[in-house]
Amino acid sequence: MTQDTWNFIFIGITFVVYIFIAIRSRAASTQEFYVAGRGVSPLANGMATAADWMSAATFISMAGLIASTGYAGSRFLMGWTGGFVLLTVLIVPYLRKFKKFTVPDFLGDRFYSNAARFVAVVCAIFICLTYIMGQMRGVGLVFSRLFDISISLGVIIGSCIVFCYAALGGMKGITYTQVAQYCVMVFAYTIPAIFISVMLTGNVIPQLGFIGDYIKDGAENAVPLLEKLNGLNKELGFAQYTGGVKDKWDFFCITAALMFGTAGLPHVIVRFFTVKDVKAVRQSASWTLAFIAIIYLTAPAVGSFARTNLIEEIHNQEYKSAPAWFTGWENRDLIAWVDKNDDGKIQYFGDGAAFAGKPAFKLDSDGESLRGSYNERLLTNDISPGRNELFYERDILVMANPEIAELPEWVIALVMAGCIAAALSTAAGLLLVLSTSVSHDLLKCIVKPDLNDKQELMWARIASFGALVVAAYFGINPPAEFVAKTVAFAFGLACSSFFPTIVLGIFTKRINKEGAIAGMICGIGFTLGYIIYFQFYANHQDYWFNFLENGTGVSPEGIGFIGMLINFMVAYFVSMLTPPPPQDVQDMVESIRVPQGAGAASDH
Amino acid sequence: MSDTHDSKTYWKQSLKIIAFLLMIWAFVSFGCGIIFREYLDAEMPSVGGAPFGFWMAQQGSIIVFVLLLFVYNRLMNKLDRKHGYDQEGSL
Repeated sequence: MTQDTWNFIFIGITFVVYIFIAIRSRAASTQEFYVAGRGVSPLANGMATAADWMSAATFISMAGLIASTGYAGSRFLMGWTGGFVLLTVLIVPYLRKFKKFTVPDFLGDRFYSNAARFVAVVCAIFICLTYIMGQMRGVGLVFSRLFDISISLGVIIGSCIVFCYAALGGMKGITYTQVAQYCVMVFAYTIPAIFISVMLTGNVIPQLGFIGDYIKDGAENAVPLLEKLNGLNKELGFAQYTGGVKDKWDFFCITAALMFGTAGLPHVIVRFFTVKDVKAVRQSASWTLAFIAIIYLTAPAVGSFARTNLIEEIHNQEYKSAPAWFTGWENRDLIAWVDKNDDGKIQYFGDGAAFAGKPAFKLDSDGESLRGSYNERLLTNDISPGRNELFYERDILVMANPEIAELPEWVIALVMAGCIAAALSTAAGLLLVLSTSVSHDLLKCIVKPDLNDKQELMWARIASFGALVVAAYFGINPPAEFVAKTVAFAFGLACSSFFPTIVLGIFTKRINKEGAIAGMICGIGFTLGYIIYFQFYANHQDYWFNFLENGTGVSPEGIGFIGMLINFMVAYFVSMLTPPPPQDVQDMVESIRVPQGAGAASDH
Repeated sequence: MSDTHDSKTYWKQSLKIIAFLLMIWAFVSFGCGIIFREYLDAEMPSVGGAPFGFWMAQQGSIIVFVLLLFVYNRLMNKLDRKHGYDQEGSL
């Protein structure tokens, strides 16, 4: 069977499963649409949350990022898992006890004001929209690469599938499809890793192969894999794989912003409203982190294997005898080679990019690529002076892994199905928060409180259709540079708005509406201002808060952490200067602090 | 029913559990993975082939996070039982 047939079979089967689940679990009430009737088992919810959390970016790009940055890639590993510890012990059990549907619900009631609710809704919509654009784009990319269709058509197909189960089934439909998607993802991620680990280190468990010995040069020459990689990096003029980062303080802030941001992402928080009680929330959150950890512990292994393989198989190799995957990805524009010294060999060095910008291939009048003397594709880019001759897109490291390891075609098809599952599951979760924000938080709670359940449900479906159209539009016409830069927005915003405000709302009774609103506005205002200034206006990188000698200051990626501290301080001082919240709100806070019953104070 | 519950003590003890877990959380990630990383790389035995601080940043901290949450579950369930908050299904 050909690769195409396998791809069709795998992706076809997964889609049939997703749609079948969607039809089985149609939501009949808002309770089912928003929180799946609160009857999901902790284990199933754990898997669903893990799938929801791991986006196309995590699945495709993270290992590649770690491979090319080494130690500096740890910020994602620690940030995106450590956030779940905060989320579990500080936030979700208490919000579940509050028994409402959304995060703005909590902030609106806790700070007894529709203004707080409104600020929260705007933040939630903004965070989810910036996030969902990248997902739809990812779906489109994978489709177009697989089936040779245009990216636009890929985005539209993906949107239709998501709409099927997100709009019909609501949270109920999403949850059970996400369970299936997690299973696809975990196999797609670990199976190629296992094969490669056996090849490089002889260890069946890739997570352990990472710290094991590199045995490809024979058992008597075994050296630790990381030592081998450091040696290779050094030889080629790259920074040490296990080396340090430029500015520790900036690195600290970025890791912190990712952690606190994770704990404040609304589409992750609402997932925990679907289980039975507070005890189930705690259990479910632990399962979630365990499921995520399976993939996150594999990622550094995949990164280090991929880098070792890449250098060993490519550097100083004749182009003519380069492995098939190399030319395959070259034909798909993701690898490019310029023979600077005219020796017919591929040289890969750490002295900068081989040429300026992304590869632009020379085409003849029929649109066919022009080939050089070794049959390589010719480029029109300006060639850089360094010795490096190789360009590759980091993202291919995960997708090319099975080919590098010469695994059977079905594994490659599985990886593709995994990529799509990762993008679809995250998109669906975000879509749900978007539609809930409009139908529940805006319409039901602020604009038209007299909506009945049926009408609200209808509005939720209309809103999810609207949100999907917007997301698909941006998926087809991405504000190019913008998407990559807005990821910093999503985490920065969640970190400087939701996390501190929710935590203060639960852990202090004294914080009142004036404090919370002032804190949110100052935190978001500062973070947004800083990011916009440095990403779009300033043409320099002299960041502020530069405390270290030879430091770089805090980059926009990490500024959410400073924004969070500002939010905390402003909220505290403003609350101290204004009257405390009314008694019934204080009673409410008392009652969410205990897992059952109404709490001591509101026992009337 | 809340007569039998001492929600103030319950809350104080949950805060203690949370503070304890978050101290470990910060120590393994920000401490071992970032601040004391070079010191640990140099002074501690390496984990397999990986320097200790580097390994903490890439894998060790994640393993500790997972363990922390399972410990959190145990401690909180024990606390719930002690204060009578463990009746099935009554929220």
